[in-house]
Amino acid sequence: MAKITYKHPDGTETVVEVTAPNTVMRGAKLNGVEGIVAQCGGSAQCGTCHVYVDEGNTLPLPEMHEAEDDVLYGTASERRPTSRLSCQLPVSEAIDGLVVHLPPTQT
Amino acid sequence: MRDTGPVVVVGAGHAALETAAALRAAGHSRPVILVGAESEPPYARPPLSKGYLTGRVGTEELWLRPEGFFARQDVTAVLGDPVVEIDRDSDRVRLASGGRIAYGTLVLATGARPRRLSVPGADLDGVFALRSLRDARELRRALGAGGDVLVVGGGFIGLEVASAARGLGLRVTVVEAGPRLMGRAVTGTLSAHLAELHRAEGTRVLLDRELVALRGERGRVRVAELNDGTRLAADVVVVGIGVLPNTGLAAQAGLTTGNGVVVDRWLRTGDRNVYAIGDCARFPTPHAARPVRLESVQNATEQAACVAAALTGTRRPYTAVPWFWTEQCGVRVQMAGLTGQHDREVVAGSPAEGRFTVFCFRAGRLVGAESVNRSADHLITRRLLAAGGAGPAPDDVARPGFDLRRHLSPSA
Repeated sequence: MAKITYKHPDGTETVVEVTAPNTVMRGAKLNGVEGIVAQCGGSAQCGTCHVYVDEGNTLPLPEMHEAEDDVLYGTASERRPTSRLSCQLPVSEAIDGLVVHLPPTQT
Repeated sequence: MRDTGPVVVVGAGHAALETAAALRAAGHSRPVILVGAESEPPYARPPLSKGYLTGRVGTEELWLRPEGFFARQDVTAVLGDPVVEIDRDSDRVRLASGGRIAYGTLVLATGARPRRLSVPGADLDGVFALRSLRDARELRRALGAGGDVLVVGGGFIGLEVASAARGLGLRVTVVEAGPRLMGRAVTGTLSAHLAELHRAEGTRVLLDRELVALRGERGRVRVAELNDGTRLAADVVVVGIGVLPNTGLAAQAGLTTGNGVVVDRWLRTGDRNVYAIGDCARFPTPHAARPVRLESVQNATEQAACVAAALTGTRRPYTAVPWFWTEQCGVRVQMAGLTGQHDREVVAGSPAEGRFTVFCFRAGRLVGAESVNRSADHLITRRLLAAGGAGPAPDDVARPGFDLRRHLSPSA
């Protein structure tokens, strides 16, 4: 179980508790967090679950693999150094307290 | 004022659920009622023919919304009780159980059903279609028992199942009646690449061959006979020969149908209070010369959003760029745009290394792309097509070192 904070572009935030083996993407979908579309359902295909990991993050996140990197070149909102696909971020206690920022648009 | 009555969505699949969710997200306050034939809550279909069969994806990962979603969103979901009749004179639908529901707006999201095999033996045990979670559960169990698997049809579903079954270590044969795999959906270049991949994995791929009969023992399928006299051992037969749109209700209600429920570019049928979306709808699109019917999650979710927008006062025509994806033999294949009418293709990247994109052009203009393990090409092509700009020319793509990323202006 991990507490994940989703910060919306308008400054509001949604905090939800997500259990393993879900991802940060599914945590948003399952809790009705607006701003994550996830058209492909979580297979790093569509780029519509793009998030910016908080710049101050020190929690351990998995290395980006080639497919995720490739998809991030085509996201609707600009790619930044902190960009990740939330479907590629598995939830575990190790990332309890993670803060991600939602981009202005996913499509 | 009919516009104030409930929004009744016929169906409880992806398009239906997204309609309800989008209406509520937009603050729509009319009653919303989903009526579905299946008793399962709405689930994701794409994994059913992929990770679900191999066990990589569990059932709990399929649900599209958490338990309690409908109650929290004040959406009524009537599951396991299909609509059997639409009465447009009284603006009501009748359910199989006999109940009647009045609507102000009706959204048909009735989906499609698998086309059935019409050869002798088609109803033997061990012969499967794959559309629903129930189908997938049964097929997963059958594949778990091992044996020889025959896949009838070399389209999306057939090839994904073949890939999953090989992944489980089963002997797999794909029989395709046409001269190439995914013949209606992709270029010959991609077809040939996929055939090579499947063969390299150990799947037998038979093209230009038709199944003529299935023979069984004690009611269970055992042998398949092909039109060239070939006999194949078959303990599990998966039929993936396309789907038929569920248009019966619409036709019965006097709405225009023909390979789908016919709608205009706002996804409305001839009745201004009745929309049709998702796999069952045939609609005009700027991305093809003729109206099309598309079977994809992208189409379902974006059409749902379009109808929800119309019902909440921001009417806009449906112009989304179609895209599709499939996963076979561990390879990601993504298609953007509709490439059926192209007159030139140029390949960027390296098919030999399994990373390439087939860019398709019509009259010198980019109309679509098929990417194998090149997601950036896919996503950027989608954005270029959506922006309606010129995109790269065929000669640009043909130049060594071509990189589509350079064609994406910040505004695209």
